[in-house]
Amino acid sequence: MKRLTDVLFDALLPLLAASLALLVGAVFLMVMRVNPLTAYAALVEGAFGTPNAVAETLVKATPLLLVGLGICIAFQANVINIGGEGQMIVGAILGTLVGLTFTDWPGWVVIPLAMLTGFVGGALWGGIPGVLKAYFNVNEILSTVMMNAIAVQIMNYLLRGPMIDPVQKAMASEIPQTAALEMAFRLPRWVPTRLHLGTLLAVVLAVVVHVFLWHTVWGYRIRAVGKNPDASRYAGIPVKRYTVLALLLSGAFAGLAGVVQVYGVNYRMITDGSASGFTGNAGFNGIVAALFGGLHPLGTVPASVLFGALLVGANKMQRAVQVPSALVIALNGLVVVFVVSSEYWRRRRQRRRMALQREAEAPRPVQETAAASSASGGQD
Amino acid sequence: MNSVPSAPLATASTRPRIQHVEMRGIVKRFPGVLANDHVDFDVQAGEIHALLGENGAGKTTLMKILYGMYQPDEGEIRINGRPVRIASPRDAIALGIGMVHQHFMLVETLTVAENVALGLPSSRGLLTDLDVVARRLRELGERYGLVVDPHAYIWQLSVGQQQRVEILKALYRGADVLILDEPTAVLTPQEVEELFAVMRQMAREGHGLVFISHKLHEVLAISDRITVLRDGRKIGTRPARETTKEELARWMVGREVRFHLEKEPARPGPVLLELEDVHAESDRGTPALQGVSLQVRAGEILGLAGVSGNGQRELAQVVAGLRPVTRGRVRLLDQDVTEASPAARMDLGLAYIPEERMKDGLIQEFTVAENLILRDHHKPPFSRKGFLHWPTVYAHSRRLIQAFRIKTPSVKTPARYLSGGNLQKIVLARELAREPKVILAAQPTRGLDIGATEYVRERLLEQRTRGAAVLLISEDLDEILVLSDRIAVIYEGRIMAVMPREEATVERLGLLMAGVEEKEKG
Ligand SMILES: Nc1ncnc2c1ncn2[C@@H]1O[C@H](COP(=O)(O)OP(=O)(O)O)[C@@H](O)[C@H]1O
Ligand SMILES: [Mg+2]
Repeated sequence: MKRLTDVLFDALLPLLAASLALLVGAVFLMVMRVNPLTAYAALVEGAFGTPNAVAETLVKATPLLLVGLGICIAFQANVINIGGEGQMIVGAILGTLVGLTFTDWPGWVVIPLAMLTGFVGGALWGGIPGVLKAYFNVNEILSTVMMNAIAVQIMNYLLRGPMIDPVQKAMASEIPQTAALEMAFRLPRWVPTRLHLGTLLAVVLAVVVHVFLWHTVWGYRIRAVGKNPDASRYAGIPVKRYTVLALLLSGAFAGLAGVVQVYGVNYRMITDGSASGFTGNAGFNGIVAALFGGLHPLGTVPASVLFGALLVGANKMQRAVQVPSALVIALNGLVVVFVVSSEYWRRRRQRRRMALQREAEAPRPVQETAAASSASGGQD
Repeated sequence: MNSVPSAPLATASTRPRIQHVEMRGIVKRFPGVLANDHVDFDVQAGEIHALLGENGAGKTTLMKILYGMYQPDEGEIRINGRPVRIASPRDAIALGIGMVHQHFMLVETLTVAENVALGLPSSRGLLTDLDVVARRLRELGERYGLVVDPHAYIWQLSVGQQQRVEILKALYRGADVLILDEPTAVLTPQEVEELFAVMRQMAREGHGLVFISHKLHEVLAISDRITVLRDGRKIGTRPARETTKEELARWMVGREVRFHLEKEPARPGPVLLELEDVHAESDRGTPALQGVSLQVRAGEILGLAGVSGNGQRELAQVVAGLRPVTRGRVRLLDQDVTEASPAARMDLGLAYIPEERMKDGLIQEFTVAENLILRDHHKPPFSRKGFLHWPTVYAHSRRLIQAFRIKTPSVKTPARYLSGGNLQKIVLARELAREPKVILAAQPTRGLDIGATEYVRERLLEQRTRGAAVLLISEDLDEILVLSDRIAVIYEGRIMAVMPREEATVERLGLLMAGVEEKEKG
């Protein structure tokens, strides 16, 4: 039914939007008397120029992908999860606790156990807003954001007190960080780069989420509930339970992202007092990666890599052409704004396309929906 | 008819009024379709001429040609005997032709008066004096019984009121001939009556009206003449007085339509669905059902008649398990299901064809196949251990598409691309393929054209013969009378009476539906 041009258009739109953002960024650069070509060359070089650069890009992309997978699930159920930051933190705290507690257990037990614990922790942090939304009609955007704030406070408290590295305590330097994980618990790396096994895990999970959404009963129900809760209810699907499940799973993937960040990259938790100090904003950027990937788990894989490249490359660019770091942040912001609004625009376009098609092909449905909506409007 | 006294209408001061519009030999081709095939049509001042036909017959196309929105490939148009060329709606308006479209063309964020002023061909832009427009609108409104506040915003108005604005807009611009494209499709029965009153008044004032519809009883109720289109061709024109529903239906679908379906006598079995003193509340918390008791037996159709809004919606939801009862019991196959979930009731053998199928019966964005397993996706053979088995789902879907003659390009086509009749067939296929023991059918043919309606009714009868207990909820008395073995009437959440079909007449049902109690006989 969809024409090839439309398919292409949908696939290329996020890229187009990102390019437009870079174009606007070029104007900024020119105002600062920097040649945008030099700057962007440095960006590409920084992201893909050397094997190590590529590895760094992938390391950056990994938490984006994991968070993004959860976002895909949430969007299918028509809920929005802005709580990725808090879910990552809670997942990381629980996962780190496992590693710091069972120090003499073998790695092949502790690592999966830590991941599972982090998964459950994130699920809890996502599930609470889910329950609030489904059963008490609390807006999930507000509640997930508030859960972020709570998670940060818990992290700061734990890392300054109960979980603080005994070494820090002994030296009285009091840097708020945990002890480092045992060597045996660290995810295998592709030396000399920082690329770790978590990246592969994330890609495998993208396939798993795809199968989950389109080949399982749970996935079918999540999609049904997201597209039409009324019809789902009429068909006997317990709508509220699946709304909760979607937010819960969404949080679980963010929690896992937190664990992977600790076990694959940092080997300990450390806080500068803010959430982004630990997450690097992956909880938010994962949403953009998912949108960039068309809210499809498999599309989110390349989208995360591209977005990771932008983040890594922008740092290199900053150093190469000596622009303030605020500009790099602004550039990221531009990409986010352009991609998100292009998604919005795409949906509107799609609706219009549908309406046109219906008018041309079958005059009936349009008119009936009008009748149906007016009827239901009358009852409200 | 020339003698009808009429004040000149806004912009139509100079040209003579339209006495007769005639379309001759109109041909219109669209890529792959011959939408109008040498169609002749005419309308005179003071008459209501209905254009009847199934969806896709070419009614809208023909009238868009008259209104200048399409150019005919062949044929000519004459007004008062003189050939005219109508190159655009602007020309049509200048000639005195107006049209109210199936989809309204109003700006939601502007007021009624502003909307009328906006489209004026001779408008001085936004400088038009809105107070003058408003005053004129009030005059017109009083004359034709079209009361709308000129200063109200469009978004504040109901669909029925918006339609009045469209009619007023056309009148304001001096329409002598007004085309109404399926105006009743979006209206409640009461609003339809009001619209008909307005149309009659307009005809009395010397306007010519074209009334497009695919509903036989409406067309027979309001028209002076009726023209039937089928597959782009004109089948015939008849004065309304000289034709019958049967003849019109035959013209529309091209074959005999059975209004009195062949029914074997019912062989009722045991009671499969029973409601006992059921009370329930509406969404607003007001009492909606106040002690409903009903029994439906295997092998019979119990028709529930009533004016819309007397508790039918709530009754259906109570039976389906979607609305809690505040008192009373619901029994399904001898089991008390008063507290059971919708899914549990379905598993016992309840099928449900919901009233608002677009909203409650289907997921528009899901494919045809996904919609066909909406109820049973979690059971073998469609899924095992939580995993869906698509090859089985698609094979099952193809079988149903064939058996129920669902017109769709493929099993993977999103439902929203299908026509209303085919969407209802999806619901029907899904519900009936499960060989249900009890069928709850709410307004199963509302909005469907004749062919699809006949199809749905035959399927329901088939189920009854098979031994299912059918509870048919319908506001269409004809439907109730044609299908039911017994008839119950609901009024303000109470059952007024239950009677065998043979004892029911339209008059008796009508009185009961209006809440008139029957005296005990003897
Ligand atoms: N703009 C158009 N482009 C292509 N085909 C059209 C267009 N308008 C109508 N058709 C086709 O012409 C036929 C008649 O349509 P229409 O006049 O809308 O029927 P009706 O109003 O009787 O339901 C249908 O097959 C429809 O699909
Ligand atoms: Mg039409």
